[in-house]
This record gives sequence, structure tokens and C-alpha cells, in this order.
Amino acid sequence: MLLFAPLSSLSLFPGPPQFLSLSLIAGISLLPSPAELEALLLSLKVALVASFVSLLPAICIAWLLVRSQIRGKIFLNVLVHAPLVLPAVVIGYFLLLGFGVHGPIGSVLEDVFGIRLVFTTAGAMLASAVMSFPLMVRAIRLSLEVVDPGLEFAARSLGASRFDAFLSITLPLMLPGVLAGFIMGFAASLGEFGATITFASNVAGETRTLPLAIYTALQTPDGEQIAMRLVMFSSILAILALVISEVAEQWTRRMVFGR
Amino acid sequence: MDTAHGVWPMIDVRLKKSFPSLSLDVTFQAPVDGITALFGRNGAGKSSVVSAIAGALKPDAGRIAIGEREFFNSASGVNLAVEQRRVGYVFQDSRLFPHLSVGANLTYGLKRYRGVPKIEATAAIELLGLDHLLARRPHTLSGGERQRVAIGRAILAQPSLLLMDEPLAALDPPRKAELLPYIELIREKLGLPVIYISHDFNEVMRLADHLVVMDRGLVARHGPLIELASDPEIGPLIGRFEAGTVLNAVISDHDAASELSALSFAGGDIRVPRIKAAIGTRMRIRIRARDVALALSEPPDISVSNRLRGEISAMTHREGPFMDVTVSVGGVGIRALVTTESMKRLGLQKGLSVWVLFKAVALDSRSVGFTRRDRAISSEQ
Repeated sequence: MLLFAPLSSLSLFPGPPQFLSLSLIAGISLLPSPAELEALLLSLKVALVASFVSLLPAICIAWLLVRSQIRGKIFLNVLVHAPLVLPAVVIGYFLLLGFGVHGPIGSVLEDVFGIRLVFTTAGAMLASAVMSFPLMVRAIRLSLEVVDPGLEFAARSLGASRFDAFLSITLPLMLPGVLAGFIMGFAASLGEFGATITFASNVAGETRTLPLAIYTALQTPDGEQIAMRLVMFSSILAILALVISEVAEQWTRRMVFGR
Repeated sequence: MDTAHGVWPMIDVRLKKSFPSLSLDVTFQAPVDGITALFGRNGAGKSSVVSAIAGALKPDAGRIAIGEREFFNSASGVNLAVEQRRVGYVFQDSRLFPHLSVGANLTYGLKRYRGVPKIEATAAIELLGLDHLLARRPHTLSGGERQRVAIGRAILAQPSLLLMDEPLAALDPPRKAELLPYIELIREKLGLPVIYISHDFNEVMRLADHLVVMDRGLVARHGPLIELASDPEIGPLIGRFEAGTVLNAVISDHDAASELSALSFAGGDIRVPRIKAAIGTRMRIRIRARDVALALSEPPDISVSNRLRGEISAMTHREGPFMDVTVSVGGVGIRALVTTESMKRLGLQKGLSVWVLFKAVALDSRSVGFTRRDRAISSEQ
């Protein structure tokens, strides 16, 4: 929050730098308005927090799916992957049922902790986290599957507990996949629309992330220029995230395996 | 080391386990002193026994203990976790941690050992010649180097037992020959009980003090190697052409001119290609029965350099045209594999005096190995 607060004020940009005033397509300025900048920064914040919060549960779920012998793995797998196949609006609706003001979890959160998710940034983060979770789990799971369980056994034969072996051997070896999963989750969160608008609604400055801002702009007369600018930001961010993911994965691979 | 005969702590393995395709029923005791080889064909159940000792496989019933220390006991419900057993496990595929340097691999177990280490990192690094490899990553090592690091990592975890699961199987013959002396060093310097799994009888003959022969999930024979190796009944288990004699001898002479060494045993002298060890060093020689010829008189014009006089003490017919003849040379039985036809032609029979002939060339480095100070350990104790 604190990180982004000063940035959201345009006073940091005393005058439009020269390159920003270049027109990409005839008549469209690349310089964002304060409202657009707000949507951009909010998107980054929501996606970052959503990915960070999902990371640990995603690693745990991936471990359960790959290495544990629990019953009901199929059920867990289906549950985790549901957001990939269900309409986002349906997921948003389920979130409303559970985390809404009258929902079983939402009411407890509000009564006991005073946390409200509906119409708030936290709600947008939850919606994004749930929607991008399967992608994150998939990437992490793939990386865990290629770690030889024999190495974990070797670590234990050398005196490491199961947890120690996981932290010192398995986790470093799956690090490239964890990183890829994190960035995948981040990129997917940036684009999350349906669940967010259904569950957290479309509140400027609170839940209006880039996709919601684009939608809003398109609903507004003469909003096409704004929409076009936001679409460009959105695309640049997504492509950047994919490139960073690729580079970071190769980099960790080299760090981990020395090749 | 000077413990009176018969009261050495023992490796006690008794386990039963049913698999869909194999029923394992294994019982053996072995001295904690020296190398116990677990020998058998692929599928005999060796790996399952090792897994059970290490804690990766839970037997249906039984007891596994090293001396007083119980790893598993179905009667009292003892079943230590893998990490509590402190078994140094050397895997066939080395299983070095790819993200750690050789140095970090070596100290992985040592760091997790609470207590005063008996084997220091510097000592292990020197023993195994790993000094120049410490900063390297495992994937840059050769197969032999990898196994040396794996052995170093296992012994630095301060194990109560070293399990070596076919550590040479993935290596080519030159690398095997390179690694064998290191395993002999471990036996010599560390006084660590070792269970060595192999399906290669040459390795077993070279390294083991005690032998457990497994066949289809059962222990076919177990006892001191010197006794078992010459046991005719073991022949079918190790293959006809691998059977032979193992004897202990002392280096009595080096002849620089001929580049031969002489080894003395109760029955006389045996000449072998020069050994790099001091006079007086105890060696173990393995003479394969198929390399031994018999003659009624000492042949005057023949290149064979080892000729020993003895008396036939046993003759057994083998499958096909083969006879297994044991000749007592100074009280030591030396086995020869001859054809039934030769036997008839020479009129071989029990009690007949014969010459035992075998070439020095047949006793290469694979057949001559270092041995511990002689300990006749009875399998009955």
C-alpha cells in the first residue's frame, strides 16, 4: 500500500515526458490520466498481493497432489482446477455466497475481524488469487514431479527430517517452477475480470483494475481512446510478465543446476 | 578390535515381507567388523533387504539391529524413521544433490549430526582424494568421482552402518578398478560395518569378509567368505565359470626383473603379476576353478608358472561334461574344473597325487585384493 500510495499521485510527473506524448495510433496519447494510472497501479498491487498470498498454499497443494498418499486427491485436484473450467462469473458468485456479507465466512470475517471483502481491494485480491490459483499450482506441480524422490530419500538417510529434506533439497530444485508459477499467477491476476466484477464489484480506486477500467471505458461515450490506452498498458504488462518469467526461470535453472 | 572371539556385536537381520511376485524371508547375522556382501542375481530380493535396513520398506515381521541398536522390531513395535537410523546409503546412481557443490554435498549429513564426529570432513576428503573437486557441481564429475563423493557424503554423516547398493554397477570396468581401492580403504581405516550389495562375484570376492548369498527371496548360504567361496554347493548360485577358490596369502617376495610377486600360503608359493604393497602384506587371492589345470606329473616344458603339488580330496560331477575336483594343497583346498573326459583319461580319483597348474596371468588385479588381518569368523557364533 505504502509503496504505491505516492506513485498514485500525478504530482510525481511534473510534465509529460517527450516520448509519452508521441502518438502510437493517430490521435491517441500514451499519457495516462490520473484515473487510468490509478487502475494500472491498483492492478499491479492486486496481482502482486494475490500471487504472494497464493504461493505458499499453491506449494502445499502441489505437494499434496504429487507426494502425499492422501485419499480424495481427485476431489482436491478438481476443486483446485475448477476456476480454469467454470465461468469466472460463477466463481465470483460462489465467492459472494461464501465471503459475502451474509456468507458463512464473510460474516465471521466482518463480525470478528472487521474485514469486509465485498467492494474492497482485498476482495479483488481474493477473486484474483482464486482465479489464478490453478495456473500457479500447475506450474509448481510440474516442477515437483521432476524432482527425484530418491534425492529426498538420500537426504533423509543423511539425517534430514522429511521437512528438512523438502526445504533443503526439494524446494531449491523446484525453484524454477515455483518462480514460473508465481509469475504465471501474477500475469493471470492482471487479467482477471469476471470473478472480480461479480464478487468485488467495480469501484474506482478500490476494485477497478485494468480489465474493469477497460470495460468501464467501453461503456462510456467517447471512452475509446481511454480504452485503447488501457489495452496497450494491459498488453505490455502481460508480455513483460511472460518475458520476465522466461528469463527468471532460465536464471534460476542456472543457479540451481549450474547449467 | 581385540574383542574376544564370538562376542562382537552383530548385524542382525531377520525379516519377512510378501510382495505380489516375491516372498521375502531373510535371516542372517554378520559381524559388524568388515564388509558383508549381499550377493544374488537380479530379482533375488537384495534391494528389498537393503531398503528394509535403511527404513524405506517396512517388513511384515522381523527384527533389524546393529549390535544393541534396534532399527526395527515387529514384536516390540520399534520402527525407527529413516533419518533416525543413520545408515550411510551409497546408491548405485550416487544421488548427489545437483544444486549443491561437491563440498556442500559432502557436509550435508555432517551438518545434521549432533555429536562429536568420529570422521572429520578433512579426513574423508583426503581418504577419498576429493580435494580438487570441492567447488565443482555434481554434473561436471565423472561416474567414478561421483561415487567417491557419494561415499564421502555417506561416511561423513557419521553412520552406524554403511549400505552400498551396487555402487560400481553403473561404472565401466576402468572406473570400477579405480574405485575398488577406495572401498578397501574405507574398510581398512574406518572400522565401519559395511553391507555391500552386488551381483558381480568378482567384486564380492575382492571386497567381502562375510557373504550372504540370496536366491529367490531366501538366504541360500551365509558365512565367512573364505569358507563359502570354496564351497562347491555355492557354484550353481554364482555360475559355473565364476566358482573357484579364495585363499589368504602373504607377500613374501617381489622380483623386480620378472615383475612378479610371490605370495606364500600353507601350500607353497603363488606367483602373480607385481603387486604394489610391502612384503608381509596380507592379500586375498581368488583362483577360478576354470583357470586351474591338473597333471599327474610336473610338466617340464610348459609356460604355466604356478605348480603346486597336492592330493585330490573331493570330486563332484557338475551339470554337463564337467567335474569339480578339489585338491588339498598343504591342507588348503584348491578347486579345478575339468571335463569328465579328462578325468577318465587321467584316471583321477580321490586320494590321487596331482599337480595343480594355473597361470600367473590369470591372477590379475581383479583376483588379488587386500584383506584385513586374518579373522576366521565362524558362521555358527
